[in-house]
Amino acid sequence: MADLEQAADGSPKETSVQSHAGERYFTRFTRAQRYLHAVLFTTFLGLAATGLPMRFSESFWARRFAGGVGGFGTIIFFHKFCAVVLTLAFLVHVKDVFTRGLVNHEKGIFWGPTSMVANWKDVKDLLGHLRWFVGLGPKPRFERYAYWEKFDYWAVFWGMVVIGFSGYAMWFAPFFARFLPGWALNAVLVIHSEEGLLAILFIFSIHFVNTHLRPDSFPMDMVIFTGVESEEEFKTKRPEEYQRVAAQGKLEARIAAPPPIWLLNFSKVVGFTAIAIGLTLLVLTLSAYFI
Amino acid sequence: MKTVFSIVLALGALLVVGAPRAAKAETDCLSCHADKSLQDASGHSVGVDAGQFGASLHGSLKCGDCHTTIKEYPHPDHVTPVKCDTCHADQAARLVGSVHANRAEHPCISCHGDAHDIFPKDDARSAVYPLNIPRTCGACHGNDSIAKKHGLPNVYPLYIDSIHGFALSKEGLLVAANCQSCHGSHHILSHNDVLSPTYKTNVPKTCGNCHAGIAADYMSGVHGKAVAAGHLNAPVCSDCHTAHAIEQPTAAAFRMQSTPICGNCHKDKFSTYRDTFHSQLGSLGGYVETARCWDCHGAHEILPASDPRSPINKANLVATCGKCHAGANASFVQYQPHANAHNRKLNPALYFIRLFMNLLLAGTLTFFVIHTILWLIRSRYHQIKTRSANGGKNG
Repeated sequence: MADLEQAADGSPKETSVQSHAGERYFTRFTRAQRYLHAVLFTTFLGLAATGLPMRFSESFWARRFAGGVGGFGTIIFFHKFCAVVLTLAFLVHVKDVFTRGLVNHEKGIFWGPTSMVANWKDVKDLLGHLRWFVGLGPKPRFERYAYWEKFDYWAVFWGMVVIGFSGYAMWFAPFFARFLPGWALNAVLVIHSEEGLLAILFIFSIHFVNTHLRPDSFPMDMVIFTGVESEEEFKTKRPEEYQRVAAQGKLEARIAAPPPIWLLNFSKVVGFTAIAIGLTLLVLTLSAYFI
Repeated sequence: MKTVFSIVLALGALLVVGAPRAAKAETDCLSCHADKSLQDASGHSVGVDAGQFGASLHGSLKCGDCHTTIKEYPHPDHVTPVKCDTCHADQAARLVGSVHANRAEHPCISCHGDAHDIFPKDDARSAVYPLNIPRTCGACHGNDSIAKKHGLPNVYPLYIDSIHGFALSKEGLLVAANCQSCHGSHHILSHNDVLSPTYKTNVPKTCGNCHAGIAADYMSGVHGKAVAAGHLNAPVCSDCHTAHAIEQPTAAAFRMQSTPICGNCHKDKFSTYRDTFHSQLGSLGGYVETARCWDCHGAHEILPASDPRSPINKANLVATCGKCHAGANASFVQYQPHANAHNRKLNPALYFIRLFMNLLLAGTLTFFVIHTILWLIRSRYHQIKTRSANGGKNG
């Protein structure tokens, strides 16, 4: 596992580990990034599972679920618990980004091909991708983070700020009322529930399909769990990055051990559980609207 | 008259207790009727336990005092039924016009029990002793087929599980409301009859016979005033508490089911309440503390917000909200517990925030659903094409 601890684009600790099949593996995510995603999706599932019964409190499944777990008291406790954990993870991430960018002067954090910040290429990639969908052009050559991945990232980032702020405003309403007008206390519930609903619908339908269920990655893209991907995947999914890293002569530095079988199996169990919970919640949410 | 009669009865009862064996019915009759298995032509028992009869309220009477048509022995097989009115003319008169006026269907003994085994109503052995009344009435009014036949609800099970029924049957409280506390005894009228104690406008007074303080509060509140002014849509006690299945209003069960009761009339307020966190968390099981209608508006002395005594008067809001929300301040109480995000005129800020959030949600999802579906189709097509060409996995 030590070889996975290097920064995604940083210097290696071990190199030239190859699989038995002769296929090379490359690091895409650091252990910290994978852990961050794990905390993010477990707390998100927890928040969704406890938030939806509150949002659709009149539906039969919400009351069943609430009754089964011990009522509203239990639900709000776990909702707040997950919220605090996720807030901490968010703060750790923001601190990490600014430390790397501003203190360590690491390149490519705020701008460039490895940055999460959108650039002109993302606009061209989006339009090119849409053209490719309908057969009017070649498939765009994606860099390290494709435009839909950046959208996912910023959607979560914006969502955390909005949902988090409105959530804490409700949790500590008398305190927030000291500097917020009265009508804001009405508004925060609307904002919290609508933005939460958007996040839930987006993650459990769009993100699941775009990242895991689309034919290229079906049934699940393991890279966020294992941190590594095969050379073929690297080349076909992110040819621009592959070419750039190769041109810089840093390809060797990114070589990693193939994922151990236990990690693959463990990741599959965790990943499919998460997807199953997500899809269940998606069906329940839609049922509350249409039944 | 009634009082005099009661005194006579009480004296008679005293005599009986003092000398239970002294006044026995004639032995002539008992020579046959002492046989408890004796039956008349239609199979009714006509046996009389002399000892029991002697100890009863009627024990001082002779058989012929009631069975006036039997003058000689042997008497005919069919004898005229006893007329209780002979002595109990007052009660008989009060039965006229009541729901039980049909004497063939509702003979005196259907409530009072066997006339040979009858006791004063304050005697625990009496069928009309307060603690026994629900069971006595329940003999008919707890019977599904009888209830159906007369188009009445089967009220006995509702009553006996209610707070009144519990107080009576479990606690043995003589003051607990039994059937006749509200309906009366001999002159029971339909609740549609304006003279009935259960007629809508009379209900507050009827309940107020015991719940005097609450009745006074109610009468000074908006509902009481409306009913007094003849607005029959306004609720009386039974509209919120029900007539028979009355629950302890502070108990979880009642709090959980309570808001729709007010919502029956206050539909718009109920609908906006349901949009709030108060309602959302109150709908989920196990949390009963959340604000229900009367936690803010009061229950009986409900006053308009303009009234300085109203808990929702501006001057009182900090105290009212502060009952649950410690630290509530002037800004906090500007929160609108009935805000309507669909009403642009009343709540413009909320209206536009909701509109923006909905557009954001619909816009994002619409774009990405189309994007993802096109992508799925295209990459599957591409995958099949390249696989057939070189067997590659990834498109």
